[in-house]
Amino acid sequence: MNISKILIIFILCIIGFVMFIPFLWLVSSSLKPMEDIWVFPPKWIPNPPRWDNYYNALTYLPFGRYILNTLFVTFMVLVGVLLTSSIAGYAFARLRFPGKDFIFYVLLSTMMLPYIVTLIPIYIMFKNLGWLDTYKPLIIPAYFGGGAFNIFLFRQFFMGIPQELVDSARIDGASEPSIFFRIIIPLSMPVVVTIAIFTFLGTWNDFMGPLLYLQSPQKLTVAVGLSYFRGMYSTQWNYLMAASTVMIIPPIILFLLAQRYFVRGIVLTGLKG
Amino acid sequence: MRKSGLLRQEMMWGYIFVLPAILGVIVWTAWPMIYSAWLAFHKWDLFTNPVPVGFGNFKEAFFEDPLFWHSLKVTAYYTIVGVPLQLIAGFLLALLLNTKIKGITIFRTVYYLPSIVPAVANSVLWMWLLNYEYGIINTFLGLFGVNKIDWLGDPKFVLPALWMMGVWGAGGSMIIYLAGLQGVPKEFYEAAEIDGAGSWSKFLYITIPMMSPVIFFNLIMGLIGSFQVFTVSYVMFQGGSGGPENAALFYVVKLWNHAFRYLEMGYASALAWILFIIILSLTLLVFKVLGPQVYYEGIK
Repeated sequence: MNISKILIIFILCIIGFVMFIPFLWLVSSSLKPMEDIWVFPPKWIPNPPRWDNYYNALTYLPFGRYILNTLFVTFMVLVGVLLTSSIAGYAFARLRFPGKDFIFYVLLSTMMLPYIVTLIPIYIMFKNLGWLDTYKPLIIPAYFGGGAFNIFLFRQFFMGIPQELVDSARIDGASEPSIFFRIIIPLSMPVVVTIAIFTFLGTWNDFMGPLLYLQSPQKLTVAVGLSYFRGMYSTQWNYLMAASTVMIIPPIILFLLAQRYFVRGIVLTGLKG
Repeated sequence: MRKSGLLRQEMMWGYIFVLPAILGVIVWTAWPMIYSAWLAFHKWDLFTNPVPVGFGNFKEAFFEDPLFWHSLKVTAYYTIVGVPLQLIAGFLLALLLNTKIKGITIFRTVYYLPSIVPAVANSVLWMWLLNYEYGIINTFLGLFGVNKIDWLGDPKFVLPALWMMGVWGAGGSMIIYLAGLQGVPKEFYEAAEIDGAGSWSKFLYITIPMMSPVIFFNLIMGLIGSFQVFTVSYVMFQGGSGGPENAALFYVVKLWNHAFRYLEMGYASALAWILFIIILSLTLLVFKVLGPQVYYEGIK
């Protein structure tokens, strides 16, 4: 332990504390009665904690329903993204076929494309298909490649798996799908988990998609529900903080559970091509 | 014979595996882009027939719609300050976290957590943190004798408030920097030490060049994302109203209003193409100016 390390720990603690304050303020406000919200200087520890804030906030709008809706969409998107981006990533990393590089670069270039250019035509397309106010516009696109960035991450990771493994399985007569699902995927858990987390966060947090495509009050997702709630209850900060806490908890739990895999996945894929 | 059969197998599965992605590019990218370009030269309210108007939509944007230039300025200002702030904050945090200390993963988690807070919840939370009368930020500033600031009500302070939110969420780029830092070979530093290099010159001549591809990646992605900012403004300022004196009327918020509130599909598509061209030119400019500065070690 030298001086510079102690200094670094000191700085880390101070910044960490400052960055954590919004979370404390969030949870503390969510457990206060309204009278305490308007107290100055603010009280940090609600006494007694008002747990029924959560009940009131979550029953004013059918948030339970919203959570289930969001979980359903998220799960369906996860399956599509993991399946179609992993097989494409594998093809780009390990299979030889004419036109491979060209297709790969076309795909990569779509990453730079602002989503806003395609938003209006895709909306019109879904409208003509009669898919408005269903979950299809949120789910179906995930089954078509699952995003160039994810394909790129899978490819980077698969390229690090020794070719000899693939070759010897081929000599043993294994088919490409069985090589992929039996040999490659079990070796690739860090990148699978990393992409699963990114996808979960992206779908759980998505606001614009559900805002645009869903109308029926009972079909909304948590993100849109919370934004409506904020419109109705613009000064009930304790209820607003309770509802926000509920939206924040699932991503945080997931991240904490998968953290080890996640960081390793980012390190291994390197992200630098 | 058998070998060529294997090759044919490999080829076939190659195409099968990339087929969904190819279809995706056609259905969700190529065709919408063509359609959107066509729409940009028409007026269409979704119900009557589209009317061709030539460059009418672009003329309207450049010469007749004062809010076009305003929203562009607001978005550019938000980006020019916000993206570098976030990049520098993320980089400094990553440098701090790249030390070998027991319990460093706890710090890493705490620093990363803000960046996974959903944008809607984040916006609601910050509205409360920034609250004029009872917000924790004004309370804290009050300890130093700073007068209360009307962060979300005074047009001067709206963007600074959003920049502050951006810095709080810098963990997203931090984690990518951290991955990059851990990939810099130790031998480089050891060799430099033998040559008598100090920490500052090691940082300048090893860390920065080795990290330049990652910095570059974060910069490009940050620019593209920042120019398309939407949710924060939409949630904080009730459905696309743009905030006090339109201080947070970002380009995409304005575009959204035209498309889905006023049903001006043609005008909104023209706006989308203008934004696309702006982002593309900016990206190319960054590539041209900074690209040669980026150091690529032997490409893997």
